[in-house]
Amino acid sequence: MARFDVRSLPAVWTRELIIFKRYWPGTTFTAVLEPLVFLFAIGLGVGAFIDEIAGVKYVVFVGTGAVATAVLFSSVFPGMYNTFIARVFQKVYDGILSTPTTTAELMVGEASWVAARTAVYGSVPMIATIPFGLTPRWGMLLVPFICFISALGLTFLGQYISGLVKVIDSFSYFQSALLTPLLFVSGTYFPIDGLPKWFGTISNVNPVYHCIELVRDACFGTLSRASLWHVLALVVFAAITGTLSIRVMTKRLIT
Amino acid sequence: MTKRFGDFVAVNDLSLDVQPGTCLGLLGPNGAGKTTLMRMITGQTGLNGGSISVLDFDIATQSREARAVLGVCPQQDNMDDQQTARENLALWAALCRVPRAQRKSAIAKALATAQLTERAGERVTNLSGGMRRRLLLGRAFINSPKLVLLDEPTVGLDPQVRSDLWLIIDAMRRSGVTVVMSTHYIEEAERLADDIAIVNHGRVIARGTPHQLRERYVGVEAVEYFGPPEVLDEIASKATDAGLKSRRAGLSISVLGVENTSVELLNSWGRLSRRPTNLEDVFVLLTGESLDG
Repeated sequence: MARFDVRSLPAVWTRELIIFKRYWPGTTFTAVLEPLVFLFAIGLGVGAFIDEIAGVKYVVFVGTGAVATAVLFSSVFPGMYNTFIARVFQKVYDGILSTPTTTAELMVGEASWVAARTAVYGSVPMIATIPFGLTPRWGMLLVPFICFISALGLTFLGQYISGLVKVIDSFSYFQSALLTPLLFVSGTYFPIDGLPKWFGTISNVNPVYHCIELVRDACFGTLSRASLWHVLALVVFAAITGTLSIRVMTKRLIT
Repeated sequence: MTKRFGDFVAVNDLSLDVQPGTCLGLLGPNGAGKTTLMRMITGQTGLNGGSISVLDFDIATQSREARAVLGVCPQQDNMDDQQTARENLALWAALCRVPRAQRKSAIAKALATAQLTERAGERVTNLSGGMRRRLLLGRAFINSPKLVLLDEPTVGLDPQVRSDLWLIIDAMRRSGVTVVMSTHYIEEAERLADDIAIVNHGRVIARGTPHQLRERYVGVEAVEYFGPPEVLDEIASKATDAGLKSRRAGLSISVLGVENTSVELLNSWGRLSRRPTNLEDVFVLLTGESLDG
């Protein structure tokens, strides 16, 4: 296998930049609006009945959780759909792989672009929560980086899923059976420590849970040595899904 | 080199060398293994046996280096069709690692080659089929490659567009670039290729210039007879008895290599028309398969 050459990444980003420049209003609208809807609908709606949860106002609890919603939606879906469309319908990857770019560089380039974009989108719900009682802290500056590393692994997961399916309709199985549970067993809308113990065990392999815990640590000023466990979990998750993505895509693209 | 997909042998112990600065035409019917061979040269399809060296780069270990000096025009359009012609070329210049300072001129040159300078800002989806193929050809040359792979470059296009593309390919060939072009169009191979390899069932079954292939397999001249099947069967039998090769094509039969055969004998078999032999005669004679176009 050819060694990884970072000089290929700017070329892959060039493609993403050209696409983004054309479609950024639609992409940004969806990526920002959905988490904000969750924030206002659930945070303010349910928050009218629940005053505090885990020691903070419910709307602040959900607002920080909505960061993870934004990360999940903005990373795993482009990983699935954009990758599938480029590979199967447009055959763009076939063309790209006839240039000096390898499958690994293509997948890493695309995932890192999506992750960088998600670092911005993911921070929006946090900023939107400030008027509702989230106290600004220096630690919040870490949130874009937390979003980046979380989104990297989740985009790789999306790419991996897109390499597994034969038809685009099959994505619905993964959405229902994998992504929705990932979101709800993560502590976005309610703390998972009130749930049966096995929920907590499952959460430890859920990247969204680790993302939310880190975001809350950063936003509430509770960063500690224990936070490193969440960082490690996200790095390991990205390494595993990245390897799986490159493996399945190589199998699909190099016959 | 050999490539198998399960039990199917797509490329079967095929051996090929291409002289620098020439155009090699890979002539064969659909499914002959031409596209697989092209993908093997770019390293996008692995080998089950043998080796490939592209401009002294071993594809097994140096495919990236080989792809850096290659230009590829695929059979299937694989451009980002929501991007403009210029954006597609800019992307390709970046992917092919054209130095940043040279990209603008490389893009302008590719647009001029594709005769699309005026349509540079048009989205690819709005371009006609012929324009898209021209853009693909221009794109293949954006990195000033030493070797260009053209996989069925004019497939599915109307004759006028095809001849426009031939002019572009011919200009590339004359500029000294080595070209490997797969096609199943006889006329395309005859017009553009210096050297032809006829490929069937993953093997090269004949190799030479168009003239050499005709001379070697079907001679210089052919006569063609028209008639009902039973008459054509009878002529085929008489040709065999006279030591001549023949091939059927619908309602006619061509008797090949008749330049030294007596006119009286040929006239005695029926009403005939004379014509020079062509590559199609060679191909059909060797493979028993007909070609499109």
